[in-house]
Amino acid sequence: MKEKLKAIIDEALKQMEASESLDKLNEIRVAYLGKKGELTNVLKSMKDVAPEDRPVVGQMVNEARTALEEKLDTIRTAFEKRLREEQIAKETIDVTLPAKKPMMGHRHPNTIALEEVERIFVGMGYEVVEGPEIEYDYYNFEALNIPANHPAKDEQDTFYITGNILLRTQTSPVQVREMEKGKLPIRMIAPGRVFRSDEVDATHSPSFHQIEGLVIDKNITFADLKGTLAEFAKQLFGEDTKVKFRPHHFPFTEPSAEVDVTCFKCGGKGCRFCKGSGWIEILGCGMVHPNVLRMSGIDPNEYSGFAFGVGLERIALLKYEIDDMRLLYENDTRFLKQF
Amino acid sequence: MNTPLSWIKAYVPDLDVTAQEYTDAMTLSGSKVEGFEQLDADLDKIIVGKILKIEKHPDADKLIICQVQVTKDGETVQIVTGAPNVKEGDVIPVVLDGGRVAGGHDGNMTPGGIKIKKGKLRGVESNGMMCSIEELGSSREFYPDAPEEGIFIFNANPEYDNIEIGSNAIKALGLDDVVFEYEITSNRVDCFGVLGIAREAAATFRKEFCPPVVKETGNSEKASDYISVEVQDNDLCTRYVARVVKNIKLAPSPLWMQRRLAACGIRPINNLVDITNYVMEEYSQPMHAYDLEHVAGNKIIVRRGKEGEEFQTLDGQVRKIDDSILMICDAEKPIGIAGIMGGDNSKITDNVKTLLFEAACFDGTNIRLSGKKLGLRTDAAAKFEKGLDPNTAMEAMNRACQLIEELGAGEVVGGAVDVYDNVRQPRRVPFSWERTNKILGTNIDKATMLSYFKKIDLDFDETTNEVIVPSWRQDVVSQADLDEEVARFYGYDNIPTTLPTGEATTGKLSFKLRIENIARDMAEQFGFNEGMTYSFESPKVFDKLLIPIGDKLRETVVISNPLGEDYSIMRTISLNGMLTSLSTNYNRRNKDVRLYELANIYIPKGLPVTELPDERMQFTLGMYGAGDFFDLKGVIEEFLEKAGMKNLVTYDPKAGKTFLHPGRQANIIYDGTVIGYLGEVHPDVLDNYEIGDKAYVAVLDMPEIVSRATFDVKYRGIAKYPAVTRDISMLMKKDILAGDVEAVIRKNGGHLLENYHLFDIYEGAQIKEGYKSMAYSISFRAKDRTLEDKDVTEVMDKILNGLRKLGIELRQ
Repeated sequence: MKEKLKAIIDEALKQMEASESLDKLNEIRVAYLGKKGELTNVLKSMKDVAPEDRPVVGQMVNEARTALEEKLDTIRTAFEKRLREEQIAKETIDVTLPAKKPMMGHRHPNTIALEEVERIFVGMGYEVVEGPEIEYDYYNFEALNIPANHPAKDEQDTFYITGNILLRTQTSPVQVREMEKGKLPIRMIAPGRVFRSDEVDATHSPSFHQIEGLVIDKNITFADLKGTLAEFAKQLFGEDTKVKFRPHHFPFTEPSAEVDVTCFKCGGKGCRFCKGSGWIEILGCGMVHPNVLRMSGIDPNEYSGFAFGVGLERIALLKYEIDDMRLLYENDTRFLKQF
Repeated sequence: MNTPLSWIKAYVPDLDVTAQEYTDAMTLSGSKVEGFEQLDADLDKIIVGKILKIEKHPDADKLIICQVQVTKDGETVQIVTGAPNVKEGDVIPVVLDGGRVAGGHDGNMTPGGIKIKKGKLRGVESNGMMCSIEELGSSREFYPDAPEEGIFIFNANPEYDNIEIGSNAIKALGLDDVVFEYEITSNRVDCFGVLGIAREAAATFRKEFCPPVVKETGNSEKASDYISVEVQDNDLCTRYVARVVKNIKLAPSPLWMQRRLAACGIRPINNLVDITNYVMEEYSQPMHAYDLEHVAGNKIIVRRGKEGEEFQTLDGQVRKIDDSILMICDAEKPIGIAGIMGGDNSKITDNVKTLLFEAACFDGTNIRLSGKKLGLRTDAAAKFEKGLDPNTAMEAMNRACQLIEELGAGEVVGGAVDVYDNVRQPRRVPFSWERTNKILGTNIDKATMLSYFKKIDLDFDETTNEVIVPSWRQDVVSQADLDEEVARFYGYDNIPTTLPTGEATTGKLSFKLRIENIARDMAEQFGFNEGMTYSFESPKVFDKLLIPIGDKLRETVVISNPLGEDYSIMRTISLNGMLTSLSTNYNRRNKDVRLYELANIYIPKGLPVTELPDERMQFTLGMYGAGDFFDLKGVIEEFLEKAGMKNLVTYDPKAGKTFLHPGRQANIIYDGTVIGYLGEVHPDVLDNYEIGDKAYVAVLDMPEIVSRATFDVKYRGIAKYPAVTRDISMLMKKDILAGDVEAVIRKNGGHLLENYHLFDIYEGAQIKEGYKSMAYSISFRAKDRTLEDKDVTEVMDKILNGLRKLGIELRQ
């Protein structure tokens, strides 16, 4: 019996070693370990074995079975590994072939710049609000301390609809609408379209965008205005950016200032980009004029505030080094896809 | 506004700064210097020389050889020149070997100048060059004493009689100067004159300010014996000062005056004109001179014009006058348009004997509006428009008369006729220095603040705590203005940098803006690029879009003063901008273009417009190239779902849009409301926009979206029990819509219906004419159990019955 088993095992192992494919290996498995396999047959012939020998023979058969199964596993694993390797070798691709890109759209550079500005101010606790693009003269001028026949009205070259309805020339009227609501303190920015009757050229457009900022609270100071805009400039143009405040005049703020930032191209050394000055003008600002506060029902003795106005296109043109404003309104996808 | 540094220094003698220092400091104290021009930037080694001897050039007819004395001690150099106008004894500017001139004698400038080196001209040594005024960077226009052609001759003008040979010729010509250009803000009327700027410069650099000492001059006669003045409309003329000058002697003005005017870009003419211009520059007070011989009745009447009146101004033009324009008249007729331009009938000629000098103060707004109406904007009007200080008028008048005497231009008659009813007094402005510190966030002591005020002639009354503001500072009316005066002299730079304290506020975007951002994100995810187009457009747009006459869309908000018809109406539909942009891309051969825009349309609430229109944000998508109607439809549905609008979206093909393909358009309906539309652009419209490819557009009305959108999401649970799917295949008439079939499925599917989708649609061979076949896969599921066959069969029977009622055949 023992010899017979050994012969079967030897023969099986020999065949396994010689097998060349998984199919062949499977045939061998069936031939020896299958229901009608030789080893199974040995078990079936147990009834011919003396009862006292049966445990010993049984154990021998089981050991033989385990040995064969282990051997089968080893060979199968080796086969599978080889097949996987062959498959992988065959599947090599040229990774430098062109990418299959999904068709993705791009935001307008104005919007990207606006979102950047919004992110900075929302982070500082400002609410983003909007107001009408077609406005009453009162909100656009009068409530901003620009009375009838004020030269500033001419300077802004207003498009009129009727005598007292116009296309807003600035986003400042949103300030007034916000103050009129009577909810204090206020920290807001108001982005939006504004209109002035400038002919279209590389640096002018009759329609463009501004972002107005307004803070009203007790004890707001010019120093706060400086700090706020310095922080804004750093976040927008980089940590090393310096700001310079120059006295200026706006009817709705007093004191007023224009703000320059160090040229982000040359870092302030002076280059063609900043016309050699090292500085680039980015916005106008000031302390809200007490007349403006009063007209909107806020007591200037109790509250003070600051306001600022940024030209969105100006930021976008500077930041992305776009040399012609008309590109912003042509919507050529070769332009838009660059942002 | 331009001023030469030399003129500022005339009133601030201690000022000793470089041009750059001046620029920086003045800008930071509020007088923004836009730039400066160093007049001698390109001039080097140019001295006063004297031609001692001239000989002919042996080999050139047009050249001469000059021996030129170039030092006081008699040192000479030899210079060869082709200049036609020099003779022995002439004193001329000479650029020495190694020096530079600004340009050629033809007046063309060379950036950086031209270096002059010694060399040989036709074999004869030449050690420098004698200069024309053009080579020195200027022109005869500003140096009328220069010859028409050739070398500048100093000795042609007796004022140069004592000029020293070898001295600096640049200096002698007044070219050793810097001219600053300022951007003066409209509130600082006083700074439109040299004196105002000089006062600011003195305060900025903390130097003494020494304005000219003006005396009332004149002979023993009285101006009032010569002339009378009547101001009828003193609302438009707050002051009128008139003086008389007789025995006029017209002559060139002295060089110092000519040079200062030239540096400001003003051409010297003669002593009288130059004095007028000089005083206007100095005081920002325009003056006008009338030939008294032509002033009828020796009387000036200031009154509003008469409707329909015509008037010839001194430029020869005939102007239409109306009753809003202020006129200067004599006893019989108008002789000038107040503050804008004098009349042809009273202008000064070379034969003038006696003149009437006018220095007045007119209403700035009126001058501005009149100038606009007349289409005439003179230097004088530009000054008056700003609103001048009436107190300056007399000062400027006396200054001019003093100059007339000094220059010997005439005999000034004593006294003035001065009509000045409401004398403008210095303003008293209450001042709290604590308040200034509170607003600025500074800690400046009171004495320092008052010292700033003192430098700009603002006095402080300790007893009343008021600042006394001189009348020329019309911009200082309140505490806030004084805060600014302190701030700019303390230095904006020196004010601390802090962040606002106080109640914390939460930063946020409005719900509307957040939904708009979702629209952007989704559009971009599907390949649409964001565009921006103008809010105003041409009324012709409606024709291009085939919108019928009388359509509501043609009722627009109209701009009364547009840039042109093409920008004259506020859009009521967003498609023109989109189609124009698609067209631009098409014409530039860009492939597969997808664009979107988020912008307003403006719907008037009634016509004529009396209130603000309804501004409606439109989400507009447009594309050509890859993709079709159903791709665009998919983008819309994905967006709506992302915006929390998860109910059923339906489509009505009867959208009635003239600009869309009649068989390929639909209104988009949500909860029974039309929220937008989409479709293929009508071929005729494509032609109108010159787009040579099929294009698709969709417009969503954002207010309808925003009112229905939500960020609330509730988890529904993932199904535990299996679904049962049944496929049906149908044959039906072509005009039955998939939407009709689906409506039947939904209506009869009951609560077990989970989903359905179209998996095949076919017409053509094997299908009878006018028919199509459609196949749907419908799935059912129960939340609480595994469905049995009979459950599904029951529902399916209902669905099939419903479909049969539509005349649909079920195929085997």
